[in-house]
Amino acid sequence: MNSTTAPNNRFASPEIGLTTAPATAMLKLTDIEKVYQTKTIETVALNRVNLTINKGEFVSIMGPSGCGKSTLLSIMGLLDEPSSGQVEIAGRPVTAYSDKELAHLRNQKIGFVFQSYHLINDLSVLDNVELPLLYRSSVSGKERRQRAHAALDKVGLSARTNHFPSQLSGGQRQRVAIARALAGNPELILADEPTGNLDSVMGEEIMDLLMGLNRHDGVTIVMVTHDEQQALKTERVIRFFDGSQVS
Amino acid sequence: MLLSYLKIAWKVLLRRKFFTFISLFGISFTLMVLLVVVALFDHAVGAHAPESRLDRMLFVNFVHIKFKNNGNQNSPPSYHLLDRYVRPLRTPEKVAIYSNFHSTPSYVGNARIDLDLKYTDEVFWQVLDFTFREGKAFSQADVKAAARVAVINRTTARKYFGTDKGVVGHIIEVNQINYRVLGVVDDVPAMRISSYADVWVPLTNSPTDLQRVSLDGDFSAIILAKSTGDIKAVQAEFDQMAKRIPLPDPKEMLYINLHADSLLGSFSRQIMSPLTDRDSDGLSILYSILAGLALLFMLLPALNLVNINVSRIMERSSEIGVRKAFGATGGTLIGQFLVENVFLTTIGGLLGLLLAYVALQLIGGSQILAYAHFELNWRIFGWALLVTLFFGVLSGVYPAFKMSRLQPVQALKGGN
Repeated sequence: MNSTTAPNNRFASPEIGLTTAPATAMLKLTDIEKVYQTKTIETVALNRVNLTINKGEFVSIMGPSGCGKSTLLSIMGLLDEPSSGQVEIAGRPVTAYSDKELAHLRNQKIGFVFQSYHLINDLSVLDNVELPLLYRSSVSGKERRQRAHAALDKVGLSARTNHFPSQLSGGQRQRVAIARALAGNPELILADEPTGNLDSVMGEEIMDLLMGLNRHDGVTIVMVTHDEQQALKTERVIRFFDGSQVS
Repeated sequence: MLLSYLKIAWKVLLRRKFFTFISLFGISFTLMVLLVVVALFDHAVGAHAPESRLDRMLFVNFVHIKFKNNGNQNSPPSYHLLDRYVRPLRTPEKVAIYSNFHSTPSYVGNARIDLDLKYTDEVFWQVLDFTFREGKAFSQADVKAAARVAVINRTTARKYFGTDKGVVGHIIEVNQINYRVLGVVDDVPAMRISSYADVWVPLTNSPTDLQRVSLDGDFSAIILAKSTGDIKAVQAEFDQMAKRIPLPDPKEMLYINLHADSLLGSFSRQIMSPLTDRDSDGLSILYSILAGLALLFMLLPALNLVNINVSRIMERSSEIGVRKAFGATGGTLIGQFLVENVFLTTIGGLLGLLLAYVALQLIGGSQILAYAHFELNWRIFGWALLVTLFFGVLSGVYPAFKMSRLQPVQALKGGN
């Protein structure tokens, strides 16, 4: 469960950027603030957060609703911009990145798992899983399908490739979502309450799957959760309260 | 990737049947109307037999007299005016003179049929390319001799003789005068007023006094230039000649306007005269107005589609959020939604084409316009395709742009 399990060639992509963080840092947040401003109210969602997630770590983020943990995950995943502070992914500060560069970085390095799965209902399971590879011009259609099949195999759903999300149970849908996150072979998986919509048995299944990915494939995982039991299974628990890290 | 887009587009169409119906109805109905209008326009002023050499033709249909008391007179020119001043022009290849057509009674047994009669010279048959089913046109000698000979169209032959075959040499009585049939031609649509008639006879049979010296009368001329490039030279010579036409009554008259215009120009000069000066044929204004109307006509359903598309795309914000999260750029998403929209509008376009075809068949079959024959040719199909693309891009680009600007996290939350 340390960085040595991650294949080195994953860091060989050609993006420019200075390596300022330690070699083992997958994700580094420095003085991150997120303020939502309306005409009358200013809401501080994140208050000077400093956090480093090392390569190969499985970290859970806990805290009450509205404490800013999902906002933090969105900022980690480059889905949202901080009001101030700096985000570094694999040693690259992304503050000055354009939308296109951010999209490229997300595509190459990050996989997402959402509480409500966010599968595209009009697409088959296989098409859903192929999605991240659709935005890589270097991947042929044939390779895309092969990799999607492999990812579905990994989550135990290879028999469901032609089904549609509506034909699957919640647990199966989340496994499809994990297969989608895996298909792009990301270094980092960000999971926002991945078991939040599932019963405890299915929740366990998903947890086992994520832990297997972390242990055997060296994927760095950051998971937001409400579930203390699941959080304790992870290597490190970070607790938030009112937008600030408390432990 | 394209296949994936099309798959999604097809699914979305099937999932939102009402939306699809509204969109398709808007597009196909608008397109149908436009296609029908274009087909009618093409039917009226496009290059079709017997006026297939339109690019070399100029029409002299009206003489405008301005009086000193500010009065105006607009009428067809007289035979004298055309024969004396237009026929001798040196630059044209040929000048044909013919009368307007007039409904004339004829009888088959006791049954009356009204035939549209036109008086023409022999050049008329050389300038225009009528399709002769049998026989031939009358000659210069026939015209000189005021021979009682006629060319008739097939419908008249069938109505009068019961057949359109073997009627050459037979006698047809029109307006109590017997004419010997010299030739039978294909029907010409009534909207082609220059060439249209049921019966054509030598103009020397005309009851009007051809030698009467006057400006106004009942005749028109078609000038055939040697080549398309010669049109300007012919018009220049024509304009020089028109300036030299003496005013018959200089005390009352201020000036006369006589012009040689293209077919559409000859109409637009009349319609647009309040908006233009005396030397302009008003064609550019007419084109601008027509283009403006067409644009407006297309803009309304397109705006409606934009509106529907905005809400439709926003409903799919979760999909947009996911796509962005997994690496889709704004440009890629705009591309996706444009492909979807062009796909939808293409279906609408094809439906519109089908509807237009049906509508034109109905109009053609209803006999509202005599001898009308509409074609949905490749040119019109090209127009339809262009209009469809216009719809697709116009109605898709704004919603797609709006959506592509969303932060991924906003899109995942539902676009608010």
